[in-house]
Amino acid sequence: METKTKISGAEAFIRSLLHEGVDTIFGYPGGAIMPVFDALYDFDKHVNHILTRHEQGATHAAQGYARVSGKVGVCLVTSGPAATNAITGIGDAMMDSTPMVVITGQVGAALLGSDAFQEIDVVGITQPITKWAYQIRKAEDIAWAVARAFYIARSGRPGPVVLDFAKNAQFEKIDFDYKPCTFIRSYIPIPEVNTDQIVAAAALINQAKKPFALVGQGVILANAEQELKAFLEKGNIPAAWTLLGSSAMSTDFTLNKGFLGMHGNVGPNLKTNECDVLIAIGMRFDDRVTGDLSRYAKQAKIIHLDIDISEINKNVKVDAPVLGTAKETLAALTEKINTASHSDWIESFKEYEEREFEKVIQKEIHPTTAEITMGEVIRKVSEATNNEAILVTDVGQNQMMAARYFNYTKTRSMVTSGGLGTMGFGIPAAMGAKIGAPERTVCMFAGDGGFQMTIQELGTIMQEQIGVKMIILNNHFLGMVRQWQEMFFEERYSFTKMQNPDFIAIAKAYRIEGTEVSARENLDAAIADMLKDDKPYLLVVNVEMKGMVFPMIPTGASVSDILLG
Amino acid sequence: MEKTLYTLTVFSENSVGLLGQITIIFTRRGINIETLSVSPSAIKGIHKFTITIYSTLDVVTKVVQQIDKRVDILKAYFNTDDELIFQEIALYKIATDKLLAKGSIEDLIRKYHIRIMEMNENFVVFQKAGHYEETQQLFSELSETIGVLQFIRSGRVAITKSKVERLTDMLEGIQTKYGKK
Repeated sequence: METKTKISGAEAFIRSLLHEGVDTIFGYPGGAIMPVFDALYDFDKHVNHILTRHEQGATHAAQGYARVSGKVGVCLVTSGPAATNAITGIGDAMMDSTPMVVITGQVGAALLGSDAFQEIDVVGITQPITKWAYQIRKAEDIAWAVARAFYIARSGRPGPVVLDFAKNAQFEKIDFDYKPCTFIRSYIPIPEVNTDQIVAAAALINQAKKPFALVGQGVILANAEQELKAFLEKGNIPAAWTLLGSSAMSTDFTLNKGFLGMHGNVGPNLKTNECDVLIAIGMRFDDRVTGDLSRYAKQAKIIHLDIDISEINKNVKVDAPVLGTAKETLAALTEKINTASHSDWIESFKEYEEREFEKVIQKEIHPTTAEITMGEVIRKVSEATNNEAILVTDVGQNQMMAARYFNYTKTRSMVTSGGLGTMGFGIPAAMGAKIGAPERTVCMFAGDGGFQMTIQELGTIMQEQIGVKMIILNNHFLGMVRQWQEMFFEERYSFTKMQNPDFIAIAKAYRIEGTEVSARENLDAAIADMLKDDKPYLLVVNVEMKGMVFPMIPTGASVSDILLG
Repeated sequence: MEKTLYTLTVFSENSVGLLGQITIIFTRRGINIETLSVSPSAIKGIHKFTITIYSTLDVVTKVVQQIDKRVDILKAYFNTDDELIFQEIALYKIATDKLLAKGSIEDLIRKYHIRIMEMNENFVVFQKAGHYEETQQLFSELSETIGVLQFIRSGRVAITKSKVERLTDMLEGIQTKYGKK
């Protein structure tokens, strides 16, 4: 797409995005980015621009889009407050390794550093929470910077990149010549697979009597779901998943033993401290997974497969690191490991599954009390979609319950804010997920608190007719904080009680269909009504006010100290 | 846990905001930078940072990996003092009249290998290169005996005891392995 006549920086910028395959942008115009929006006006056949109602919404939507599609999410916003509004989503994408390019407008280069109107030091603010942040001050840099931004965002361990685009560079006329970026000498995104590491790890696995695998998002990011399955099946290795590793294995896969961590399943947590070889695959030993590190898997030899060398030994001392993409390393490991059965070891998970079912799960998904529980709503919605939907969550009890009770048959079916734990993530992330996977059903669960943090995005859903299915699990409390207050702060419910608006009336004002359910006998019909078509829908379910998420490993406790209630 | 003085050597592209990217990583972990020195390296277009911090081996290892991970950083290393030849430089400004009043300064100059950079009727500037303890010792002696008007000490510069600049090999390796021209 080389041009013969000079074009504006703004047009060069849009053409650069097209070269990178961008067809969807989440954005919000404003003064310092107006030339780019003006150029965008001529490209409406190539680019679908979604006007969100707040820049934070644009970033989470781009995250949702990226997580389900594997493509780079793109945000386009103006300078100053728009850039600061985008910070939460940028930080979230950094924590959860989501490929995203955020373009912020900036005052003209001549005004930089002078406290000009809507000027803020975007590069300075975003450097700690991006893979790369760069300020484009002249139009000649545009093609180079965009190419580099997309290469960095999507390669290796993905993450967010910020391009701060000075207004003068948007106006300047240049000759446009685009070359994609494939190499940066100071950046090696994928470490080469080292055969010695594979041999050492395979030797540990082949000696193991009780191997146990932990599956993280690295498997999904590497598109290594098939390699994972082949690896686990050949070695007959039971596996559990982290929050972001959800859906890398289908729920009914026989070696899938469940969810790890603070509100995970009993078996996987206890077995972490019983296994003899722990195989961590594309996960980073977050504190919500490990609990007290000094009492975490001390008996086991630890193998850590990761693409990022700085994760090795960061939290847990590793006996056998294996660097590379999960796709390559799992395939190489599978070749080297022996076929094994480990049937007694696999069988030993059953006792814990039964105990957890009896003490926790049964009550949650088939309650005998009058009040509706979160778990039963989530399980019913999951089943009503044949477990084929994409789950998007907000943060808190709704998120942990959804992670526990939603079932999966397909990968890339779970979008949640894991590392940063951003309340308000749900609605905009669900919009992005639906746009990124329009053929799939997207079910978003939020609490009454988080829903109101980005509630204005209902306007975006209305305008674009984004067919997301939103479910508020309404307990009139900031539920997770309330749970901690009950357990650790002597039931002193300091500012967690919420008086809520009529959510259905709000949805109606945005011309979004909805139903409110308080009685169990109306739940199935309401879910069926929600899923009857591909239009946006709000289902408000009034659930028990003081529900608790169990099991739970309290902060600072060992994974062995998991509480059942 | 006992903390050791580590010297970090960081090679980076010469782009805007690099120092910020590095210091952020120390800030997050609450680590003070003891000394810092930045200059162009032997390789054109590449800058070299020499940073000293007090840390444990565990923390310095993680910090260096996190610095190394930044896109614009070519390579980050760390060493202990026994693996390095290192030096700092200090300048001392002294009132000329007080210095002359002391009488002979030959002993002082011989003892500390002082170079005199400037001398006029108002002040004299001494220069001394050495390890921290050495430049500090001269400062203490001058302060006690004559008085020091101004004192400045540079950050550490360091060179490893191995033969070649390690980055040269690494750059060649990266270029042949990953660089598609």
